[in-house]
This record gives sequence, structure tokens and C-alpha cells, in this order.
Amino acid sequence: MNELSRLIHQRASLADEIRAFFNEIDVIEVTTALLSQAAVTDPGIESFTVTVSEKEVRYLRTSPEFSLKRLLGAGTPDVFELGPVFRNGERGSLHNPEFTLLEWYRQGVVMQGLIDEVVTLIQRIRDGKFSQFRVHQHRYYALFDSVTGCNVRGYCAAELKRLAVDLTQPPNIDMDTDQWLDFLFSTLIQPSFDSDTIHVVTHYPASQAALAKIDPDAPDTALRFEVFVGAVELANGFEELNNAAEQAERFARDNVLRDVRGQKQMPVDRRFIQTLDQLPACSGVALGFDRLLMLADDLPSISKALLVGWFEA
Amino acid sequence: MATFSTNDFKSGLKIIQDGDPCSIVENEFVKPGKGQAFSRVKIRNLKTGRVVDKTFKSGESVEAADVMETDMQYLYNDGEFWHFMEPNTFEQHAADATAVGDSSKWLKEEDICVVTLWNNTPLLVAPPNFVELKIAETDPGVRGDTAQGGVKPATLETGAVVRVPLFVEEGEMIKVDTRSAEYVSRVKD
Repeated sequence: MNELSRLIHQRASLADEIRAFFNEIDVIEVTTALLSQAAVTDPGIESFTVTVSEKEVRYLRTSPEFSLKRLLGAGTPDVFELGPVFRNGERGSLHNPEFTLLEWYRQGVVMQGLIDEVVTLIQRIRDGKFSQFRVHQHRYYALFDSVTGCNVRGYCAAELKRLAVDLTQPPNIDMDTDQWLDFLFSTLIQPSFDSDTIHVVTHYPASQAALAKIDPDAPDTALRFEVFVGAVELANGFEELNNAAEQAERFARDNVLRDVRGQKQMPVDRRFIQTLDQLPACSGVALGFDRLLMLADDLPSISKALLVGWFEA
Repeated sequence: MATFSTNDFKSGLKIIQDGDPCSIVENEFVKPGKGQAFSRVKIRNLKTGRVVDKTFKSGESVEAADVMETDMQYLYNDGEFWHFMEPNTFEQHAADATAVGDSSKWLKEEDICVVTLWNNTPLLVAPPNFVELKIAETDPGVRGDTAQGGVKPATLETGAVVRVPLFVEEGEMIKVDTRSAEYVSRVKD
């Protein structure tokens, strides 16, 4: 079998395994819109703009999150979507501007419950290839402390920059607190993760809550988690914020931050915000399908997990 | 001033860092799913040859280095400069000892070298991978003398010293791999 035929089978069989998993736990597959009138405001994610007419542009979704939560807010059962998403400017050995995302939502489930479900899914695929992997769960700030020996909780941008200069070779520019945290996380924390281990990081700084609830027991952190297999970031999840006013405020803050960072402000998804007060208590997570395939079948880069790469498309 | 954005980064791209011309050896895009993107690069300083790690924030711009690699014919050495000529334009360039460095011991008139120009001035000179040079001096080989592992030192016409088999004699032409300074073969006339 040639490489392409093998990859077709690999992608299809991994998707089959995922669908079987959700069938077993009664989560229903849906397909939602790719082109939206509104867009994500997160300064760390750039949407592609599509011209509809002289008067109208739309945005390719960067995840199905808004659509799926609107379904749940309208009273549907638990849902998952396995489909294409688009993020402008992300290209590298682990990034492709268009990729396949698996996203699902569980009503009445708290953050830890969904973390356990993500780990179960990862451990089950490919006849339990990852079933023997150790699972390490850390809180964001405690993890920083254990790797850098520094408690960065409450650090300002200048203090983080000083730490970065002490420990590594950072860019010689000024960045804000979250950008410095991202720098340290990507260049020091993540590379320290052992292979053969599933790392779960929880309680991200409240400034990086995105669409997660703030932890009432530690209000400077959010009920947000990420799952890494070895050093590869695989999934990001939230115990979902279902407070429309608070979410609207965060989106507005995103747009202010975009302005400060010199990025274009994005149109806020009013329909999404309007349904948030009806969103039942739930947790949701997005997992990169192509990265999971890379890890599951030992492919060296994301381009080897795609049937058509960015430069061939 | 021409600049590159991190989006243009790829191996081989020539940029200025701390005033020196550099070449990107490796570029890795890193980004948390929700968060700031960075380019982690390995950069070779073309003056010193040193490779350093650097990280740029995505979207940062860096000064482009006007660096070109050109095949040129080595003409002669005037005691201070080594002179090269572009075979197509006949344009001549003088390279100083810093640019020529260790390559000087392989330079034979009329050979084609790779000259790296920075702002139209020679920055680096790389000799051809293989050169044919005459042995200026070597001891007569004695058959059966394997104390040195069957090889002996030979000084070539350009001053380079390479280890050659015992049967090779003074005045003969040999082929040498300049990357490893190893003898390849005798050259038959």
C-alpha cells in the first residue's frame, strides 16, 4: 500500500474509533456552520475573512464552540463535532492553518469529569497504545514553580521578563503578562514534559479564562484545562462559563487588547452571548484530530497526517 | 532598509542580528492553542560561524542581510588580499584574511570557489569540495613501513598538509576533499 492509501485508512479508522466512543456514551454527532457573521475575539487566534459580497464579509470558524453551545442552550442532548476549522497564520511542524478538530460537550459534568473522559478516549484508541502512559495532573502555577523554581503567581510583565532573561533567550521586546507566560510555557514548561506521559494542566490564570468559569475557590484562576501527550498540546477544555454578561465583558476586553496589540477588532457573536444564560451547567473540550493521528501512528509532523498539505492545497 | 517578518522565516534566510549577517539554520513555530505565537530559530553568524538559539514573537520584523553566494574564480593573492572574479561579469572582488580564513590553504589559481558577498564585499570564501594539488614536499615512502598506519604527511603546493599513502611521491598531483582535508586519489596526467 502506498503512503497516501495508508494515510486514508489511518484517518478513517481513527475517526471510526472516535465515533464508536461517542456512540457508546450517547453523545450525538452534529455538523454546524463554517462561515459566520461574527468571529472569535481571542487575541491569540486569527480568523480568515471570506468575502460574500461587496457589503458582506464572513469569518471561517476557528472552532465550532459558539455553534455547539448555542445548540445546548436550545436544549439539545450532548453533542460532538468532528470537522474542519481554520486559524490564520499558524504554520509549523505542529500547526496547519486548516485542520480537523474534535469538540464535545457534556452537560452536568464538572471539569475533572471531562478531564477523565478525555484521558479515557486517548488511552482507548489504537488498541490502547497510550493505556500504559502515566497521567500527571498539575495546576498551572504549581507547574511553573516545579519547572522554574519560581512562583510566578501575581508576577507583572516586567518580573516575568526578568525571569525569562535569567532562564533563556527571550525576544528583546516588551510584551504583556499573558504573552510572557505563553513564552515561558512554550519554551520552558512544555519542553520539560516527559514523553510516555499524559500531562493535564488545570487552573490557568484568570486572564486566560477564555470561555471558562472562574474557580470560586481560587478566583485568580479559571476552570480551564489542557491535555498534552508528551510535549504535544492536544486538547483544551473548560468548565463552561454560562453567564452572558461576564462573557460579553471578556469579549469586549479581548477587543481592547487586540487594539493595544495592534490587531484588528472582531465582530462579537451576539447570538452566542444571548443564549449563554440558557446554557446548562456543562464542560466542553476541543482536541486536535490531526495531532492525535500524528501521535497515535508515530507520524513526524502534522503535514504527514494531512492528505493535502498547506502548500499542496 | 529591507526587512523580513517571522512569517518569512525559513532555513537559509539571511538576516542581520546584532550588526552581523546571519543565516537561519532552523525555524520552529511554537504557539499555545490559545496564546501568543513565537518563532524559535537557530541562527548561524556568518562571520564567526557560531550557531545561537533565538526566539522571536510572531510578527516581529528583522533586518534583511544583503548576502549572496556566488561562484567565482580565484585569480591571485597579492600578499594582503585574495582576488576573485565573477566569470560572467568579470567583476573582481578582493577578500581579506578574515573572509578567506582557513580556506587559503586550498586556493589554487583558476579554481572556482563559492564566495559569500555581504553588501557586495566578500564575507566568506569556500574552496571547491575537491581540489587537485601538487605535492611540494614529502618523505620518500618505504614499502612495508607501516609504523604510521601506512600513511605519511605531505605538504601541498598551497601549503596545506595532508596525510597520503606511502606510495605517493613528491611532484605528483593528488585529489583532496577540502571538507575533511583527506586524500582521495592520485591524479593521472
